[in-house]
Amino acid sequence: MNPKYEAVIGLEVHAQLLTESKIFCSCSTKFGNEPNSNTCPVCLGHPGVLPVLNKKVVEFTVLMGLATNCKINQQSIFARKNYFYPDLPKGYQISQYEEPICEHGFIEVNPKNGSSKKIGITRIHMEEDAGKSIHDQSSATLVDVNRCGVPLMEIVSEPDIRTSEEAYLYLNNIKKIVQYLGICDGNMEEGSLRCDANISVRLKGENKFGVKTEIKNMNSFRNVERAIDYEINRQIDLIEEGEVIVQQTLLWDADANEAYPMRSKEEANDYRYFPDPDLLPVIVDDEWKTEISKSLPELPETKYKRFISDFSLPVYDAEILTQTKSLADYYESVISITDDYKTASNWVISEVLAVVNEKKIDISDFPITAVNLGKLINLIKVGTISGKIAKEVFALMLQDNSDPEQIVKDKNLVQISDTSEIESIIQKIIESNQAQVQEYLGGKEKVFGFFVGQVMKETRGKANPKLVNEILRKMLR
Amino acid sequence: MTFYKNHKEKLELLQSGKLNLVDNVNHFLKNIEDQKDLNAFNFVFEEETIKSAKAVEQKIKNNTAGKLAGMVIAIKDVLAYKDHPLTCSSNILKNFTSLYTATAVQKLIDEDAIIIGKTNCDEFAMGSSNENSAFGNVLNPVNKTRVPGGSSGGSAVSVAANLCDVSLGTDTGGSIRQPAAFCGVYGLKPTYGRVSRYGLTAFASSFDTIGPFAKSVEDAALVMEVISGKDENDSTSVKKEIPNYLSSLSKSKKFKIGIPKEYFAEGLDEEIRDAILDIVDELKLEGYEVKDVSLPMTEYTIATYYILTTAEASSNLARFDGARYGFRAADYKNLNEMYLNSRTQGFGKEVKRRIMLGTYVLSSGYYDAYYRKAQKVRRLIKEDFDKVFSEVDLLITPTTPTVAFKIGEKSDDPLQMYLSDIYTTSANLAGIPGISIPIGKNSENLPIGLQILSPQFEEEKIFLLSIHIQNEITK
Repeated sequence: MNPKYEAVIGLEVHAQLLTESKIFCSCSTKFGNEPNSNTCPVCLGHPGVLPVLNKKVVEFTVLMGLATNCKINQQSIFARKNYFYPDLPKGYQISQYEEPICEHGFIEVNPKNGSSKKIGITRIHMEEDAGKSIHDQSSATLVDVNRCGVPLMEIVSEPDIRTSEEAYLYLNNIKKIVQYLGICDGNMEEGSLRCDANISVRLKGENKFGVKTEIKNMNSFRNVERAIDYEINRQIDLIEEGEVIVQQTLLWDADANEAYPMRSKEEANDYRYFPDPDLLPVIVDDEWKTEISKSLPELPETKYKRFISDFSLPVYDAEILTQTKSLADYYESVISITDDYKTASNWVISEVLAVVNEKKIDISDFPITAVNLGKLINLIKVGTISGKIAKEVFALMLQDNSDPEQIVKDKNLVQISDTSEIESIIQKIIESNQAQVQEYLGGKEKVFGFFVGQVMKETRGKANPKLVNEILRKMLR
Repeated sequence: MTFYKNHKEKLELLQSGKLNLVDNVNHFLKNIEDQKDLNAFNFVFEEETIKSAKAVEQKIKNNTAGKLAGMVIAIKDVLAYKDHPLTCSSNILKNFTSLYTATAVQKLIDEDAIIIGKTNCDEFAMGSSNENSAFGNVLNPVNKTRVPGGSSGGSAVSVAANLCDVSLGTDTGGSIRQPAAFCGVYGLKPTYGRVSRYGLTAFASSFDTIGPFAKSVEDAALVMEVISGKDENDSTSVKKEIPNYLSSLSKSKKFKIGIPKEYFAEGLDEEIRDAILDIVDELKLEGYEVKDVSLPMTEYTIATYYILTTAEASSNLARFDGARYGFRAADYKNLNEMYLNSRTQGFGKEVKRRIMLGTYVLSSGYYDAYYRKAQKVRRLIKEDFDKVFSEVDLLITPTTPTVAFKIGEKSDDPLQMYLSDIYTTSANLAGIPGISIPIGKNSENLPIGLQILSPQFEEEKIFLLSIHIQNEITK
């Protein structure tokens, strides 16, 4: 990026809320059901139907507001956003416009250069999702209205974001927060988290905003970064060439790695917002707010800081372990069994996550319970088994979550830490490998490894490696 | 065959066996057939009605029948009734069948009322003469050259011409009270929120109400008792105790009555003015306190009403786009043309006029000047009523500035047409209840309606004054 310029970026994030039923009717929100089966006269927009607000949607949105330092408005109102589209049965979307439920919050991000930064949140509001139009049929467009009325929460940021990295971190924090709150699964690829970006550029030091464009259709975290970088550079190039930026909406094409403008018809909309007369103002009084705040869990940022301060974990470890609440919970369960925090972190990050990622499962489906992993780590800590043996035990535990202590006992894997036993084994090895002994004594340090290997072979890996080293050094003198 | 004055008498006749319910419904069905030229019904459920009559007859014998046992009711064709057509008298819904039943209709059925059919009305309840219907004009049974009023013209006529006992209409700006006045029957528009709107095809959501047409105050009160109440399916319905409207009719109270001067100003037919003031004089002589009051915002009601109702209508009617149900034009090349042609061909002229007006007032750049300002004026109109009702219990006004006008007389002049609702729209703007009661006829033998307005949720007072006028003054 040309260093003369800075980018001004604001994000609009839509998060699908994990309620059992839709926002204005009792239909299921379940994903993947047969098209047009999760429907009723209300979400089909039949004549005479009326919306009835699902309270859970309010609670979830207030939770998000509290988690992002927002002011929760005592009164907020629903408005109709009017436009025609086949997957919008009523011809309008019920959303919030002039009086949203949450306002004036912020999310902290920590870019790699170290300085932490607050990204302002203008507003968070509730709305209903539209259905899905499927255009790739030969002639007709097919409409699935299962998604109509699935609750959405829209989070609008201030234009505080300056780089694609900040945008990524902001978005990732939103993802972490919604997952911690259990209100959205945060999956961008499946569309349960969606992001549009408003982007403009200006000369550094300039106070006025440049002309902005909006980019839509970025369906992964990586695409958000790429699309923003693309658009920043495109705008700077245009300005450098003396051209003007046209205010427009662009669609990101991930395959072509570029954005192209939407047809003007598609964006020339006057939504004619007005308060929805079918719904009463939403009142969140102090009592309800207090009640909702009781279910506010420890947030990722707090947990991250606590992992560093209380468990002396490196920033890297704390970042990974707090990425999802379930992983952090798992780690915390492990260290309720063992106080070897760093070893526990190493095991979770390298061994556990390797399996989780490979099998593409959630940590909650990981076969080894935190208690058993804690026990395994304790076995290493007290010297019962070596780290190497522990990996073998871990592999066995993966099969049926069996108790590591039992495995060690059954398979006779207890580490040999008896000095005299190790001495006698080494004695035999020295006797039968005189040639190597001479080489070592002649200064070939590398041969030491050969002896360690022989001892381990003889003991099937069970010899305490530290003792083996000590005794070998002594006896080979 | 209808030698009863109200449902109480009918039920007694049915219980004593002096009246056979099947004969009774057959009598109504025959009347409907004989007076087909009135065009009051869009659909008559002949077989069903007879079947229900038999079932209810049995229930009456077994003493298990509900409050409305045997009451034969017609419902306006904007109300949803499961597995029955719901057309709103529009071509755009001509072949539409409802998947569910409106709460108000279900409550009637639960009390063993018999739904005889669905009545004609102005398309999507937009109109004051029932001349905007895809099913054709409805004639006023009192004088067939006259309109029955609208939009619930068919519902008013079905009661006035004795095609049923009672009917349900809807009132967004006078659509129950005005046709009741034109046809000479009782018509009540309840407080907004008193009766669930669930299943009422929305015209203007913050104005729409469902209410009864009846031949007696007693029947109107009884039906209100049944259909009122909070409904979980309608967030704007209000949880409030429902008085025993019928039994409380025996109470007697001399209310303080207000006469708003703006409702008797220029534009009011002389004969109507005199007829209303005669009633007021009678009340004075009986010792009622009558007071001249003022509602200064009255001159803004029609403008405010048409800005806000058309705005809501433009959005409420967006769902009728030919994409998922209802009429779809045969000819179109792309999505926009499908919308354009379906809506152009499917909607009538008045509906299109209002959609365009509403779209305009909500458009960016005009919203503040029209919609937002009208909302403010609506609040002022409410405050006008609040103030007046701190001085008096009830208001008496004419229901309409004229008696039923001739068919075709105003159909080319929408502004004149809109003015026929000048005394009724204010109640919808303020959310208060109002009734039109028949108080006699003019020199041309056309009915005159008197309107009584009360504060919100005080329908009981309206019924009490109405029954007093019915039983003691007009007889």
